[in-house]
Amino acid sequence: MIVGGGGTGGALAHDLALRGLRVTLVERGEITSGTTGRHHGLLHSGARYAVKDRESAVECIEENRILRTIAPGSFELNDGLFVALTDEEAAYEKLFFDSCEASQIPARRVGRAEALRLEPNLNPDLRCAVQVPDGTMDAMRLPLRFFATARRNGADIRPFTEVVGMSMTTPTSVDGVQVVDRASGRRYDIGADLVVNAAGPWGEKISRMGGVDVPIQPSPGILVAVRGRFANMVINRLHASGDGDIVLPQRELSVIGTSSWVTDDPDHLAVPADHVEAMFREGSAMIPSLRGARIRASWSAARPLIGERGASTGRELSRTFKCFDHEADDGVSGFVTIAGGKATTLRAMAESTADMVCRKLGVDRPCATRETELLPHTAYYA
Amino acid sequence: MSSPVEPANDTHATSGTGRSVRFRVSRFKQGDRKPHYQEYAVEVAPETTVLDALTAIRRDQDPTLILRHSCYHASCGTCGMRVNDTEVLACVTEVTELGGGPVKVDPIANQRLVADLVTDMVDFYDKFTAVDQPLVRGSDAIPAATVPPGVPGFTRFENCIECGLCLSACPIVATDPRYLGPAGLAAAQRVLEEPREADAFSVLRLTDDPQAAWRCHLAFECTAVCPSNVDPAGAIMFLRRRLASDRVKSIFGSGWRP
Repeated sequence: MIVGGGGTGGALAHDLALRGLRVTLVERGEITSGTTGRHHGLLHSGARYAVKDRESAVECIEENRILRTIAPGSFELNDGLFVALTDEEAAYEKLFFDSCEASQIPARRVGRAEALRLEPNLNPDLRCAVQVPDGTMDAMRLPLRFFATARRNGADIRPFTEVVGMSMTTPTSVDGVQVVDRASGRRYDIGADLVVNAAGPWGEKISRMGGVDVPIQPSPGILVAVRGRFANMVINRLHASGDGDIVLPQRELSVIGTSSWVTDDPDHLAVPADHVEAMFREGSAMIPSLRGARIRASWSAARPLIGERGASTGRELSRTFKCFDHEADDGVSGFVTIAGGKATTLRAMAESTADMVCRKLGVDRPCATRETELLPHTAYYA
Repeated sequence: MSSPVEPANDTHATSGTGRSVRFRVSRFKQGDRKPHYQEYAVEVAPETTVLDALTAIRRDQDPTLILRHSCYHASCGTCGMRVNDTEVLACVTEVTELGGGPVKVDPIANQRLVADLVTDMVDFYDKFTAVDQPLVRGSDAIPAATVPPGVPGFTRFENCIECGLCLSACPIVATDPRYLGPAGLAAAQRVLEEPREADAFSVLRLTDDPQAAWRCHLAFECTAVCPSNVDPAGAIMFLRRRLASDRVKSIFGSGWRP
C-alpha cells in the first residue's frame, strides 16, 4: 500500500510490482499533482552538488545514466553548461571541475569563445564554462512511464483517492488506510501488510495519522517560465548553489529557477513578487536577453527535504533521501516513510524503499528496475 | 531568495486581497444523473490563475472538488478545461483577465466525464497514439548555436502537450467520435515532417481516410484554442496538400503508390 502518487510512489509501485508484490497506490488528486509535476524539469548530472555534497552528486550521475537507458526518448539531449561570470567564479572553476571528476561526472572545460559559439545568447562577459551531462525532462511524463509500467505489471493505481486516516487495530500497529474516493464520495478501508508513506512534503501529515512524526520540512522554491528558448543547453551559474541560477529550455519555454524558503503548509505556496523579480535578475545575468522575455507562468513547488524543525532556508538541508522504519524507530508496525530526494533519483529512492519493504515482509527478490525499460508515458492511459 | 520566513507579496494570493470573484463550477459525482453548478467566492490578486482559485476552493472551502493539474506552466496539459465556454489551461489563465462577472468552469467536452472537472483521457490517447509520434524531436531553436562535442544533435520535446483542448473545441469531434481529430492529425503531420524512426508511408495512409484528414470542416477552432502553438488546422491543410500532390504524382508514375 503506497500513499502518494508522485515520482517516488510511482517508481516504488513499479519496483515492487516487478518483484511480484501486490501493490495498491492511492493519490489524493491526479497522478503527479503535488511536487513531482511542478519541478524544474532538470535531469541532474550531479554537477550542481559535486563540490559540497559528493554523496548527492554520485547518486545523481548514476541515476542519470540509468534513466537514459530505461527511459529512452524521455529526455532532451541537450547537456548542461555551467558558466562563470566573475573572477571569483572563474577561480572556483578548478575546484568545480575537479569535484565533477571525483564524482565520476563527465565534465569538459569550455573556453569563453567556444561557450559563446555553443550558446550565442550567453552573457558575452562570461569567463569560462564547464559542460556536463545535464538534460531536460518532462516533469510529468517521465514519472508516468513508471506508473504505466507498474500498472501493466499488476499494480492498482487509484488517483483522486484521499487518505483520511490509518486503520489501526492497536495504537502501535498500522493495518491499512481509510480513504475517500473523491470521484464518487465513497469512503472505504484498504487493508495492507505494509503502508508506505510516499507523500513527499505532505508526508508529515500522513505520518501523524499513524501516530509518528517524521522530520520532513516542506521547502518551497519559485519557478518562472518565459516564452522562447534562450538556450539549447541547461544553463547553470558556476558557483555554490544560489537563487535563480538555472535556466532550462523546455518546449518553447525557458524555465528560470529557483529560490528556497520553508513552510509548514505545502497546500499554501506563495508566489512572492520579489522572488519573481530575483529570477529575472539572476537569470539575465547569465542570459541578458531574458530581461525582456515575456512571462508565461510563475509558480512554486515544495521540496520534501529531510531536516529538523527550525531550519531557516532549506538550502542547508540534505538533498539525499531516507527511509524511516517506524517499527524500529517509533514502535509502530506496518508503517514506513520515504522522504527527501529529488526527481533525478526517483528510481534509487524506490529501490532503497522496496529493499526495506521486502526485508520487512520477508520477500527475497532482487531489484530489477536498473535494467527494465519502461513503457511509454502514453501507455498510462491505455 | 533564500529567506528564513514565509515570504510576503504573494502575486497569486487567494485570500487577504479584498477582491472577491464568484466562480460557478460544474460538479458531478459518479452516480449523479447529471452535472450541476456550485458557486464559490474566492479572493484574487492580479496574477491569481483559475487553477490557483480552484485549488484554493479545494483547500479552504470544499475538499470534495476534484480537478487535474500537474506542472503549473502549460507544459503538461492536464488542467485543460472550459472557462466561460472557452477551452483554456487553468494554470495560465489569470482570473483578472476574465472580467468581473462570475467565472463559469466546466470540464473539457467530448471526453468521458469522471467527476467534477476530471475527464478520462483514454479516448484522446487512443487517437493520439495511432500515429506513434515520438516525444522528442530535432531542435529547431537557436540555429546559430554549435552542437557541443559529446552531443549527437540537440533534441527537444514536441510542442503538443496532449491537453485535449483541440478535441474539446472541434465541432466535428462533437458530432462524430470516429473522426481521428486534430491532435492525432497534427501528430501525423509532425511524423511526416520529421520521420525519425517512424514509417512515414503508413502514417500518410492512415490520414488518407474519410474519417481523417478529409473529415475536417476548416472551423480552425483547434488552432484557436491550442495553448502550445501546434496549429492542428494548419497541419491538416498540410496533410491534404501532401495527399493531393502524391495522388497527382502517382498518376504520372512517380511518387508513392498506395
